[in-house]
Amino acid sequence: MLAYIARRILVMIPTLLVISAVSFVIIQLPPGDYLTTLENELLSRGEALNPAQLQYLRETYGLDQPLVIQYFNWIGNALQGDWGFSFEHQAPVTTVVGDSLFLTIVITAATTLFIWVVSFPIAIYSATHQYSIGDYTLTFIGFIGLATPNFLLALILLYLANVYFGTSIGGLMDPIYIEQPMSWAKFFSVLEHLWVPVIVIGTSGTAAMIRRLRANLLDELQKQYYVTALAKGLPRGRALMKYPLRMALNPFIADIGGILPQLISGATVVAVVLSLPTSGRILLESLQSQDMYLAGSFIFWLSGLTVVGVLLSDLALAVLDPRIRLSGGSVK
Amino acid sequence: MTDRRDGQAGLSPLPHTVSREPWDPYARPPMTADQQRFALASQWTLMWWKLRRHKLALISGAVLLVLYVCTLFVEIVAPYEQDTKIIPYVNHPPQAVHFFHDGEFIGPFVYGTRLERNLELMRREFIVDREDIQPLRFFCSGDPYRFWGLFDWDFHLVCPAEDGRLFLLGTDQLGRDMFSRIVYGARVSLTVGLVGVAISFLLGIFIGGLAGYYGGWVDNLVNRVIELFQSFPQLPLWMALSAAVPATWNPIVIFFMITIILGLVDWTGLARAVRSKLLSLREEDFTTAAQLLGAHPRRIVNLHLLPNFMSHLIASATLAIPGMILGETALGYLGLGLQPPVVSWGVLLNSAQDINAVAVQPWLILPVVPVIITVLAFQFFGDGLRDAADPYK
Repeated sequence: MLAYIARRILVMIPTLLVISAVSFVIIQLPPGDYLTTLENELLSRGEALNPAQLQYLRETYGLDQPLVIQYFNWIGNALQGDWGFSFEHQAPVTTVVGDSLFLTIVITAATTLFIWVVSFPIAIYSATHQYSIGDYTLTFIGFIGLATPNFLLALILLYLANVYFGTSIGGLMDPIYIEQPMSWAKFFSVLEHLWVPVIVIGTSGTAAMIRRLRANLLDELQKQYYVTALAKGLPRGRALMKYPLRMALNPFIADIGGILPQLISGATVVAVVLSLPTSGRILLESLQSQDMYLAGSFIFWLSGLTVVGVLLSDLALAVLDPRIRLSGGSVK
Repeated sequence: MTDRRDGQAGLSPLPHTVSREPWDPYARPPMTADQQRFALASQWTLMWWKLRRHKLALISGAVLLVLYVCTLFVEIVAPYEQDTKIIPYVNHPPQAVHFFHDGEFIGPFVYGTRLERNLELMRREFIVDREDIQPLRFFCSGDPYRFWGLFDWDFHLVCPAEDGRLFLLGTDQLGRDMFSRIVYGARVSLTVGLVGVAISFLLGIFIGGLAGYYGGWVDNLVNRVIELFQSFPQLPLWMALSAAVPATWNPIVIFFMITIILGLVDWTGLARAVRSKLLSLREEDFTTAAQLLGAHPRRIVNLHLLPNFMSHLIASATLAIPGMILGETALGYLGLGLQPPVVSWGVLLNSAQDINAVAVQPWLILPVVPVIITVLAFQFFGDGLRDAADPYK
């Protein structure tokens, strides 16, 4: 088991390195850099930056260096905990990213839990009552959930809440807690507001999970060991819990690796729609103003989150299924 | 052993009959007409028969067909040109189409409206004038446009009455008809998905084909790259890439850049499917036979292997299209990617960003409806196709 964990973590390192390089290249793609944006902005206001000052800024931030050197400077400093400086916010990237990244993790984790808690009983009901009215209804609702794009769902919910309740369901905490340090009161306020984004982001994932678990369970329910268990007089519920459910559980955890990038994707737009203080809005602004260190760190961290998430789900699988930790590969 | 033989010996022998007729090993019971039809049908015919039984998929397919035919003739379908500003009808609410006036059948018409200033609420209001009946005209000449950018024309499927107005879904802040703009937007939004999928399809077949056919280190490398791509959350990646497209470029170039970006990020799923199928197919005898006959790998893959799972690929590609349409919509909503004056559903939704404006003019949110319809239709149709993809099962 230890060897498996160690190897799994070692494999992660080159992946993260490549991701960091790709993130860096992507944010370098647009012509010009933040200083050009700044210059244009000043010009449009009728002010001009004098060339010497511009040159000075360019040198201090190392923007005159070749791309490769800039990358190694960035990643070198990043390893020491310094992710560069956000031009737009005039603050170190870690300060800007920190809080919103934490909230992104909170939302993603809550959504994953939501998906599990909701899809589990529904899928079991659907599979054990195949072709019943309940099954059809749930499948249909699942289909709609799968097809309704989450940010449109957010938009519609936001509109309905605005028209019928006159309240804004946007935001992730009561306004008084914004800019406040973390406290229990703030934490509960976040909990109170969390359900809207969680439902919005989690719907399609839940629908997908229900369909998969239902299909898996249906396969297992046909198998002879289950028929034998029933024939030997095991009560239905107990037989279900003891055998087929455990078999069908594997993809339940393995799928998190696939769902996680979707969740983070969804969370990004939904954050913009619902104006959540998570990564969405800041990432969007940093991309538009070419605030490169901020944008790059964001993309890196969001991708890193999924990599770590996949790692966790793999480890959970290894705990659950001895075949995986013994053979070392993943059974899919 | 001996025990069993003893046991059998105790039984009386079964009755024994021998037919003296000569036996022709090639004689088969004749097939019924139905069986024959089934046996002779090609794979695609079988798929169609199977798809035909999937009613929901069939309906969705029809909806998609109508939508795509519309994109060819948007200029005719839309009552107004996309940029026609009908001043002073700014932020006009949607008009209902009526058939009866005071219990008397007139045919489809709308009531005219009057602009009035509501001094109490301090805003402009459109008052419905129930005396002003404006019958719709069909197959008529109305707002002029340039058909496919080729020649000037003014033929429309439906037009407002002479000197009348027709705002089926209201107008936006500049007085442009929302219905017409949604129809025009379909042209961009629906083709984005098709072109994007075509790109990711080619990439997926090529890269997945390499990995699946050669296996070994190529397969390993491709797998690592795919894993890498899949660990990037799609949307932030799309956002970053489309932020890199300069807004000053020609709209058509931007359009193609966006589709390429959508396709570049999305090919991994298809490549995976191709790879796993090829890996199993290349072990088949017919592949070995082709190899022994000295066929070129490209010929083997294209001629012998690909047709085996083409139907599957098409089904998965169909299921990938809605993701791309949604991607474009999300990017447009965020103000990245396509920019006005180009009209797409995403660009239209961009004006719905301000939720307070939407609360006053709820029709601004209407582009959501065609997006959801299209996505649903693609989902159902793709699901049906996937079920039908393996007709021999």
